[in-house]
Amino acid sequence: MDTQHNHPAPPGGTLISCRGLRKVFGDIEAVAGLDLDIPSGACFGLLGPNGAGKTTTLRMLLGQSPRTSGQLQLFGKDVDGSRREIRLRTGIVPQADNLDPDFTVAENLRIYGLYFRISSSALEQRIPRLLELVELSHRADDRIATLSGGMKRRLILARALINDPDLLVFDEPTTGLDPQARHMIWSLVHRMKRNGKTILLTTHYMEEAERLCDQLVIIDHGKLLAQGKPADLIQGYCEKEVLEIQGDLPKGFLDNLPVEQQRIEQAGDSFYVYGNDTDMLLAVAATLPESTCLHRRTGLEDVFLMLTGRELRQ
Amino acid sequence: MIDFRPPALRFEALTVWRRNALVWRRMMGASVLMHFGEPFLYLLGLGYGLGRFIGEMAGIPYFTFLASGFIAWSAMNVASMEAMWSVYTRMVPQQTYEAILSTPVQVDDIVIGELLWCATKSLVSGTAILAVAAVLGAVGDWTAIIALPLIFLTGFCFAAPALIMTALSKGYEFFTFYMTLVMTPMFILCGVFYPITTLPVPMQTAVQFLPLTHAVALIRPVVVGQPVNDAWLHVAVLVLFGLIGMWVAIGLVRRRLII
Repeated sequence: MDTQHNHPAPPGGTLISCRGLRKVFGDIEAVAGLDLDIPSGACFGLLGPNGAGKTTTLRMLLGQSPRTSGQLQLFGKDVDGSRREIRLRTGIVPQADNLDPDFTVAENLRIYGLYFRISSSALEQRIPRLLELVELSHRADDRIATLSGGMKRRLILARALINDPDLLVFDEPTTGLDPQARHMIWSLVHRMKRNGKTILLTTHYMEEAERLCDQLVIIDHGKLLAQGKPADLIQGYCEKEVLEIQGDLPKGFLDNLPVEQQRIEQAGDSFYVYGNDTDMLLAVAATLPESTCLHRRTGLEDVFLMLTGRELRQ
Repeated sequence: MIDFRPPALRFEALTVWRRNALVWRRMMGASVLMHFGEPFLYLLGLGYGLGRFIGEMAGIPYFTFLASGFIAWSAMNVASMEAMWSVYTRMVPQQTYEAILSTPVQVDDIVIGELLWCATKSLVSGTAILAVAAVLGAVGDWTAIIALPLIFLTGFCFAAPALIMTALSKGYEFFTFYMTLVMTPMFILCGVFYPITTLPVPMQTAVQFLPLTHAVALIRPVVVGQPVNDAWLHVAVLVLFGLIGMWVAIGLVRRRLII
């Protein structure tokens, strides 16, 4: 049996849709009523600090974790009745390394194909192509234990593609990777999107979200805080620029700032002066020759910290 | 709140069985050596050594008596070990099941596939002992081959409760309790070394509730070449233990993996 599909979700349609999605563990409401519409053919980001409910939401969206309440449709069908079809059309790149250590690189793909009941002849064709895609052809017969972290991640991605899925899900795809491996994963995600796949990813790296996501939501404590395109979110929630100041400020500095519409945040020893007027921010910097000042454009990280706060998470 | 809906029997269970078979094939050399070597030593040492003094037991040469008991005991042992240590390894440290659950394979398939695999390993081990026993002249007749499906059934029957332990376990230490409190008493009391009729009468009744008693009662006469008494009763006990154990195990593994 082969799992090639002749019915990819129509572009512009909605691939995942949920209303009032909730998950309660004992006394804790991990997900507190989410409404999401994930368009097909796009890269959709689910952002939030550690413990925000990202992974729980993801697991529920994929029908891996029972929901406490809420409606959920995938591929236009109710999740509960079509678990098998959802699995056949979905590829999952989990957060943890759960490659099968008892097998080699190529065998890991073969065994995974077995679970999807893909025929041996189809697998013999598909596996070399996938290994080439993630640049692991030269390691095909090596054991998993001999791979680096980046190689393992690439192999997990190849494994998620074994059933040629329409939906590809990444749970924190680049956590713990070096810049080289991270860029490679990013370019593969772009490539998957060009191939018409819908991408759903969670991350807490804002640079990653800005680069990859067409649309994203920021959640915290299981609730939706903001949603939109990265550029729109930055424009909608933040001033254009920020001046980061490190070190002690002269007495009375904060009271004597020149412009009212500037917003100031403090985190430890650092101060962040947000504003839309470049000259004003530079003028502020000029009054502080003793401090280290960094003047930059605002980004998604500023929006994220504004919405979720600067205090540390568990 | 545990989901004790009836298990779903699907083809996917065999893919889980096949995964384990492929891993085993890779380490077959060491495994076969263990399966043949260990019983060979036991049988030679205990069977011939003790047999010289004991002569016959219940009308059977002691070597033959012991060999047939060992087959049943090893079926219990091999399946229990696999269902505890190996299944726990795949479930917790290796996260193999989490990866599998991202495919069309479901929890029920995993548990049923693992139970079938445990029974298969019992079959391999039991066959090895049977072969060694045959070479050493302890097997009565070709009809001893009927022992093979009985060994598989015994393995399945014991894999199920062991898998319940695994589903409840927080670490490998937990399995020591099950070994000491459940498996060792059965090894000693259920007729592997001596006929249960030599036990005090209340004990004789008590051991009827232990499945190894029934496995021995089936396998010994088949190997020796004697008629089996109450064959269907013994088979029914093993099947019932296995099926109820499987049902409970699936409920508990669902609770553990589907969160």
